[in-house]
Amino acid sequence: MSDYRAPIRDMQFVMQELAGQARVAALPGITELSADLVDQVLQESARFSERVLAPLNQSGDLEGSVWESGGAVRTPAGFQEAYRQFIAGGWNALPFPAEYGGQDLPKLVATPVMEMWKSANLAFSLCPLLTAGAIEALLLRGSPAQKQTYLPKMVEGVWSGTMNLTEPQAGSDLALLRTRAERATDPVLGDHYRIRGQKIFITYGEQDLTENIIHLVLARTPDAPEGVKGISMFIVPKFLVNSDGTLGRRNAINCVSIEHKLGIHASPTAVLIYGGDGEDDATAIGAGAVGYLVGEENRGLEYMFITMNAARFAVGLEGLAISERAYQHARDYANVRIQSRDLAGGKEAVPILRQPDVRRMLMSMKAQTEAMRALAYVVGGAMDGARLHPDSTERARLGAFVDLMIPVVKGWCTEASIDVTSTGIQVHGGVGFIEETGAAQFLRDARITTIYEGTTAIQANDLIGRKIARDSGATARAVIAEMRSTEAELRGASASDGEGHLAAIGVGLAAGIEAFADCVQWIADHYRSDIKAAHAGSVPFLKLTGIVAGGWQMARAALIAHQRMVAGAGGASPDQSFYQAKIITARFFADHVLANGHGLRIEIMSGASSTLGLADEQF
Amino acid sequence: MKVLVPVKRVVDYNVKVRVKSDGTGVETANVKMSMNPFDEISIEEAIRLREAGIATEVIAVSCGVAACQETLRTALAIGADRAILVETDVELQPLAVAKLLKAVVDKEGPKLAIVGKQAIDDDCNQTGQMLAALLGWPQGTFANKITVEGEKLRVAREVDGGLETVILNLPAVITSDLRLNEPRYVTLPNIMKAKKKPLEIIKPDALGVDVTPRLVTLKVVEPPKRKGGLKVPDVQTLVMKLRTEAKVIE
Repeated sequence: MSDYRAPIRDMQFVMQELAGQARVAALPGITELSADLVDQVLQESARFSERVLAPLNQSGDLEGSVWESGGAVRTPAGFQEAYRQFIAGGWNALPFPAEYGGQDLPKLVATPVMEMWKSANLAFSLCPLLTAGAIEALLLRGSPAQKQTYLPKMVEGVWSGTMNLTEPQAGSDLALLRTRAERATDPVLGDHYRIRGQKIFITYGEQDLTENIIHLVLARTPDAPEGVKGISMFIVPKFLVNSDGTLGRRNAINCVSIEHKLGIHASPTAVLIYGGDGEDDATAIGAGAVGYLVGEENRGLEYMFITMNAARFAVGLEGLAISERAYQHARDYANVRIQSRDLAGGKEAVPILRQPDVRRMLMSMKAQTEAMRALAYVVGGAMDGARLHPDSTERARLGAFVDLMIPVVKGWCTEASIDVTSTGIQVHGGVGFIEETGAAQFLRDARITTIYEGTTAIQANDLIGRKIARDSGATARAVIAEMRSTEAELRGASASDGEGHLAAIGVGLAAGIEAFADCVQWIADHYRSDIKAAHAGSVPFLKLTGIVAGGWQMARAALIAHQRMVAGAGGASPDQSFYQAKIITARFFADHVLANGHGLRIEIMSGASSTLGLADEQF
Repeated sequence: MKVLVPVKRVVDYNVKVRVKSDGTGVETANVKMSMNPFDEISIEEAIRLREAGIATEVIAVSCGVAACQETLRTALAIGADRAILVETDVELQPLAVAKLLKAVVDKEGPKLAIVGKQAIDDDCNQTGQMLAALLGWPQGTFANKITVEGEKLRVAREVDGGLETVILNLPAVITSDLRLNEPRYVTLPNIMKAKKKPLEIIKPDALGVDVTPRLVTLKVVEPPKRKGGLKVPDVQTLVMKLRTEAKVIE
C-alpha cells in the first residue's frame, strides 16, 4: 500500500486563487485567518492524516468492525488510539462555535482538512462526520438546556452523534417510517418520550470509541399526521445524562447486528432496536427508550433538511477524497511497474507511465479529481459568504449558488469517483484486482457514496425540481453568465499563450456552457408539462452540470496559472511546473471530459422516449 | 530553569532535493520547508521537562531569513512559550550560528540548551559542540535519554557500542538524537494559540556577532548516478570481477 500525501499545494492554490480565501478571511465574524495560520493548519492536519489515519486504512478494511454477542461493537485495531489522538488534537472541534469549545474555523478551512481525513481513511472519517451532523442539528434547533448538556462533549468528540432515519420499509421515502414516540413523565427523568422501533443503516450506531453516543432519531408521536408532516426528532442517548453531566443508566437501545458491506468495512453500520425486547439489561428502564424532543413535534424532517446541505457537501468531498487517494496509488504504481518498451523506441522495458493509454487513464483521474476539488472548495467558500457576508443581496446570491451546487457536488463528485477509482484498478492491471494491492478498496469504499445521504437520483430530483424548475432556471442562468465571462477571459488571454491551450479550453468550455444552457431551458420548459421526461434525464443533467461547473473552475485555474507563469517567466521553479501542469490538466478536462457535454445533451433532451418506452411487463 | 532550543528551517524531509542548475547550491525556492526533525525532538524534550515541573520556560530560537518565523510558529504550536528570530539574509554556517546562540544564551540566561544533533540539510553536526565550547559548558551529545538530578544532568548517549551514560553539571548543552523521544502531534487549539505567543526579532549586529561566512562553497553537484547491475554466470566470474574490476578483495 502506498503512502497518502495530502496534496497541499493544490489545496492552497484552489483555496487562495479560486475559492477566495482572502475574501473569506475578511468576512465579519472570521478572526485570525492569515494565510500563515491556514498553512499551518493544513500542514498539521496533513501530518496527522498521513501518519495516524492513513496507516489504518487497509488494516481497518481487512479486519472490519466486529459485532460481539451482547450488542457491543469492536472497531478495528488501532482505531481507538487514533480516535483518542484525533480528539486530543482538537480536530473534531474545528468548525464549531467557540461557545461550545470549538475553534470557529470557516467552512473553507474545514473543507481541505476533511478531505485529508477522508482520503487517509474514509471509514474512520464517518464517525466525526455523523457527530458533526448531530451537532449541527442541535445547534440549530436544540433547546438551551439540550445544547449545554450535549454540545460541549460532542464538540470535543468524547461523545459521538448519529442520525437515525432509515427503517426497513422507509429508505428514500421517509413518509413510511414507523418508529413510535409516546409522551411520558417521570419524577427523575421529567417530561420525555418513550421511543420504540427499529432503525437500520446507522453509521457508527454502536462503537467502542466514545463514552456516549447521542442518537438523533426520527419517530412519530401517536397523534401525528400521516406522511412526512408527522415526523419528529428526538435525542436518544446511549447512556442517560444526569443533571450534573455525569453518565447515568444505559438506555434501552440494542445493537442487534452490524451489516456485512461491500466497502467501508471499518465503519460499523448498525441495526438498532429502540425500546428493548424484555430479555436483557438494556430494557431495565421499562417500556421504551428514553428520548427528548428536539424543537417542536412534527417538524423533524424539516430540521433534518437544515443539516442536509452540510451532510451532502461532506459526502461530495468523500468522492473527491477517495479519487485523490486512488490517483496517488495508481500514479505511484505506474512509476515503478516496468513493462514493455517505449513506443518511440529503445531496447529496455520502461515504467508503464510511458504508455500513452496509462497516461490517458492517469490524466483522466487527475483532471477529474482536480475539477472536483476546485468546484467543492468554491462551494465551501460560498457557504461561508452565504452565512457571514455583510450585504444581504450578496448573501442571497451566494446562498442560491450553494443551493444549486450542493446536489451537484454530492452527486457528480461521487459518481465520478466510481469512474476514477475503477480506472485506478485498470492502471494496475491484474494486480489491481487483487485485494492486497489496495486499489480495489478505493472502489469498494467509493461505491457507497452515490447511495447514502440521498442517492444520485435523489440529488438529481432536488437539482431539477427545487433548484432549476422552481425559479425557472434563474439561478442557473446567473451562473451561466459567470461561466461566459470566464470563457471571454480565456479568449482574451489566449493571444499570450503560444501553446494554444487556453484557446482550446475556451472552445471546450463554450460548447459545454451551450449544452448546459440548452438543457436548463429544456428542464424549465418541460418540468411541469412532462415531469416524467424531465426526471428521466435528471441524472444525466446532474452530470452535465458537474462537468460544466468543474470545467469552468478548471478554466479559471488555467487562466490564473497562465497569468502566474507569464509574471514569473523564464524560471524552471517547482511553481512554474505546477502552473504548467494545471494548464495541461485543464486542457485535458476540456478535451476529454467537457467533450461529453454534447452526448449528455442528447440523453437529457431526447432520451426520455426510450427510457420510458417499455411497458412494465416488458422488463 | 529556562531551556533554550534552537530550531532550523530546512527543506522538508519528503522533498527530493534538486541541485540548482548553476551549481551554487540546492533549489530552495518554492520548495516545502519545515523544521529540522532533530529540532522537533529537542522542542518536545524541553516541553516534557516543563510538563514535569523542571523547566519553567521554553524559548525557541531560529537564525536565518524572515521565513524562519514559520518554523518558530511551529515550535510555539508544539508548546514553546516564546520565540526569538535572529534575522539575517547572510548564509549562516555552524560557527556563526553557535556565536549567535551564545549571544542569545548570554542575554536570556537559560541553564540548558537542547540542540538537534545535526540539521538534515547540511548534516554538519557541529553547532551544539561549538556552542558548548564557546560557552565553556559541558556537553552531552547524541542524547538518547536525559534526567535532571538537582544541579546535575544524567545523559545516556548513543555511541557506536551502545549507550554511554555521562553526568554533567548544569548549565549544559545537549544534542538530541533520534530516539530521545517521539514528538507529539500539534493540536489545533495550540496552532491557534501560537499566533498570540511573543516572537521577538533581533539582528546579528544587535548581538555583536559577525556572521560573515568563513567557508567558501566551490561547487554543488548531484551524487553520481548509480550504475546498472550486472548478472554473472557463476561464482568464479563473480570472484574474478570482485578482484580485478571492483578491487574489493585481494
